[in-house]
Amino acid sequence: MSRGAAMLEVIDLRTSLFGPVSLSVAAGECVAIMGASGSGKSLFLRALADLDPNEGRVLLGDEDRDAMPADRWRRKVAMVPAESGWWSDRVADHFEPGAVAGVLLEAFGLPDAMAWEVSRLSSGERHRLALARALALKPAAILLDEPTATLDEAATAQVEAVLRDELARGVPVVLVTHDPAQAKRMGSRLLTMERGRLHARAEARA
Amino acid sequence: MSGYIALSYWDIVLAAVFLVLNAGLSLALRLDLERQLLIAAGRMVVQLLMVGLILKAVFAAASPWITLLVALVMVGFAGHEIRARQERRLAGPWGYALGAGAMTLAGTIVTAFALASQIQPTPWWSPQFALPLFGMVLGNTMTGVSLGLDALHGMVGRERRAIEAQLLLGHTRLAALLPVVRRALRSGFTPIINAMAATGVVSLPGMMTGQILSGVDPQEAVKYQLLIMFLIGGATGLGVLGAVIASARRLTDHRQRLRLDRLAPAPGR
Repeated sequence: MSRGAAMLEVIDLRTSLFGPVSLSVAAGECVAIMGASGSGKSLFLRALADLDPNEGRVLLGDEDRDAMPADRWRRKVAMVPAESGWWSDRVADHFEPGAVAGVLLEAFGLPDAMAWEVSRLSSGERHRLALARALALKPAAILLDEPTATLDEAATAQVEAVLRDELARGVPVVLVTHDPAQAKRMGSRLLTMERGRLHARAEARA
Repeated sequence: MSGYIALSYWDIVLAAVFLVLNAGLSLALRLDLERQLLIAAGRMVVQLLMVGLILKAVFAAASPWITLLVALVMVGFAGHEIRARQERRLAGPWGYALGAGAMTLAGTIVTAFALASQIQPTPWWSPQFALPLFGMVLGNTMTGVSLGLDALHGMVGRERRAIEAQLLLGHTRLAALLPVVRRALRSGFTPIINAMAATGVVSLPGMMTGQILSGVDPQEAVKYQLLIMFLIGGATGLGVLGAVIASARRLTDHRQRLRLDRLAPAPGR
């Protein structure tokens, strides 16, 4: 399957802590999910990425998540958690070799970051670099947990511009955010997670 | 070879004089150590006297079943000790079985190998040779396995984000856990490497000293000590490798997930 232009379909996804949740995200669509802390948003993304034991089906186009090795699935469906980890001292060690990373770092306003040390990164730089290393894998779907929580306006705009490029390529995006303005800017659909269940934003307000 | 000098119980009491002196100093200087010192010394006396009596009876019985029973009791205690020495351990029966299993397998293989090929007593399970050898191998393997598992279980918790970040980027569980597995193996191997490097220079090993004191030719005692150190090193290595790799597998699953839910928080020792 080529990158992008595939629908992400979630059918009765659940763990002991949330769900069941069913959701379809069309190719090039951004679904924004809001909700109180502890409502299950992050757990939903983790289950989508198959990072926690879960039940239910997840399809990317005609490919079934459970029919492919988990490492392959995670390269296709990239998840960037709210706080990413680093396993080596140098930023460059966290990127696979290739030209894509350089282009992304440029777009995030961090062109020289490859030579930097992780211990000297600010939280905003860490956030953008974590996003860049995930997008450098050219995923076919993207799951983001508060990608701009620690960023200023300019950096937030850079991240949103990169995400719009991905959406334009037909990549479906699930965006968890606490920022209603960002949810409206980026999301073609707004949903709310409440006690582990997803609701349309309008219904949640009613 | 010079003769063996038998010790009387009075000699033992005399040797304890300096320990009592230490307790007195602790009392005078208000170090609050005298109670612990005397309890530990008392425990040691009771435990060793009992072991002496039990070993005497086991040697006299010369039964393979009684020898096996004593070995199993040793395994039981060592397995418990491995479990107790981990701040965070695997949940459920795994917390005991994995460490004890790796230690027992490694200890048994190495002890059986030494009995069959180098020491060759008659019968091959002779308790006078099998039990002390198994005890020394087991004791050191126990230390290595508990250090390795304690390091691994502590690190997977602390490094959770780094491990999951790698899994999320499509790394396999093997690749994601390799750095912590390496560090855990290093922790498990360190005591035996240090012991081998320091033996003979910094201190004379206890077993060798005991043999020399009991009249054995020093060169013969050295040969026995080398044999024991090689066996201990081999068993510790096998035990630590087996335990750490098996535990790393238990802490992940076939879908390349980190399963910290399989770790139980320890109530502390």
